[in-house]
Amino acid sequence: MIPERIEREIVIEASPERVWAVLTEPEHVGVWFAESVQGDLRPGTTSVLSWEEHGSFNIQVEKAEPPRYFSFRWAARSPGVDPGEGNSTLVEFRLIPEADGTRLHVVESGFRDLYDEQAEYVSDNTQGWVGALDSLQQYVAKTAEAPTRR
Amino acid sequence: MTAGVEEQDELWAAIVEPARRRVLDLLLAHGEATATMLAAELPISRQAVVKHLAVLDRAGLVTARKQGREVRYAVRPERLDEARRRLAEVAAGWEASLATIKRLAEAPRK
Repeated sequence: MIPERIEREIVIEASPERVWAVLTEPEHVGVWFAESVQGDLRPGTTSVLSWEEHGSFNIQVEKAEPPRYFSFRWAARSPGVDPGEGNSTLVEFRLIPEADGTRLHVVESGFRDLYDEQAEYVSDNTQGWVGALDSLQQYVAKTAEAPTRR
Repeated sequence: MTAGVEEQDELWAAIVEPARRRVLDLLLAHGEATATMLAAELPISRQAVVKHLAVLDRAGLVTARKQGREVRYAVRPERLDEARRRLAEVAAGWEASLATIKRLAEAPRK
């Protein structure tokens, strides 16, 4: 099974209020995330984030609790589609005050809905660490035949 | 180019062990980590994690980087299967975004 979530964090030498502004104001989101932002990124609304290379994506802001928590849902593999059950991931930001700044934590979850489990078993047979099942069988058969090299 | 038989064997040997797959997925999910950090999230000892990491390293699935007295490990996306390679791209995207947010938030305001 692929990991359900991806988490990363960073420590920023700025107040949570300042980080919040950069994180949520469309003007800034158009710098750190998308190439253009249409909409105001308020909870319960849908905004459109665009990238020349990838297309336009509908972002539904779920919750905004300044300056602590911000979350949105998007269908990151389906340009132009509203995020919903089975096609989207949830992105959550948490701002944790620290002595000299803010710890910003991001979690994107729901990848198992997004990626076909079959993908794990598709391989070009030369690369990738979970290849075709028959390769695995061959491997097991071979190691069973040959005395271990160690 | 096809990978050598020896190399393929090493790759398979590395990934058929479920504990090693969990180590690999934890590194993918959380980013760079030490053996101590990984052991805290797994039902196995730090020593066992160190051994698994050594196997993963030999198979080219992780990279090791010394930082002070610690060794920090990270996945090598090019060796992962397709779904995990995409997740590694997602993770790299968030790392870049967080770094940009940091730069913007720390910049002196006009």
